[in-house]
Amino acid sequence: MIQDLFADYIAVLIAAILGILLVGGALMGNYILAPRQASRAKSLTYECGMLPIGRSRTQVHFRYYLFAILFLIFDIEAVFLFPWAVVFLDIGKAAFYEMLFFMLILGFGLLYAWKKGVLSWR
Amino acid sequence: MSYEEVIFYFVAAVTVLGALGVVLTRNVVHSALFLILALLAVAGVFILLSAEFLAIVQILIYGGAVTILILFVMMLTRVRDMPQALDGPQRPFAALAAGAFLVLSVLAALSSDWPGETREITVVPFREMGEALFRDWAVPFEVASLVLLVALIGAIVLARGEEGE
Repeated sequence: MIQDLFADYIAVLIAAILGILLVGGALMGNYILAPRQASRAKSLTYECGMLPIGRSRTQVHFRYYLFAILFLIFDIEAVFLFPWAVVFLDIGKAAFYEMLFFMLILGFGLLYAWKKGVLSWR
Repeated sequence: MSYEEVIFYFVAAVTVLGALGVVLTRNVVHSALFLILALLAVAGVFILLSAEFLAIVQILIYGGAVTILILFVMMLTRVRDMPQALDGPQRPFAALAAGAFLVLSVLAALSSDWPGETREITVVPFREMGEALFRDWAVPFEVASLVLLVALIGAIVLARGEEGE
């Protein structure tokens, strides 16, 4: 049982290591092979056009934090969908209505956020 | 050394590297990215313990949503990308507190008597967990959605109150 489980995830591990090596190798290859000559004109933001003034970081208004909170809540809902999807066919209708009810309750939260104008981008 | 041990040491090394990156990099955004690395490596530890659901939770909620929350906070606050912002006169106190905690945890680890033999992990299959969640514990599951709803509405009320609307 445990051996089977590991066998599944070793493929994931190998894919992850290969992916990291591929991206890292491409970046390293670029770093090693490409000629570099720094000049003032190259480090300008725009080749032609106005010079940008001020810092690149801007402060975002506090209300957009709620977007992140909404994402977090619905991410937690998504986590519950995984065990649900596995047993959905076995349990049948009851599981369907359970999840529907669960989503309706969270949907009410989304509706509340919408009515309160949280979702409007001002 | 069995291959599980090899994987464990690999994952543990990645976790420690990520955690060191969080505290050692000067740029707070890089710290957040290192935090993602550390959290994903902890998901690997969960998989080694055959806790698949925990690994999913770790990747989706901690690696995804919570780090996004942290990055959002960085966008919202007036953090400048100056290294001085991370340093302050509290530094010696922070070092003292961290050192004391390290000594305490090392002492605790040395003085506790660990069970000598390793035991076989009882794997809870994903299917069994889903059955338990949706058949036997359906009502607590629905209550969980109410808890999430309360958290959501609470966050909205607090944020709206701050705006003074």
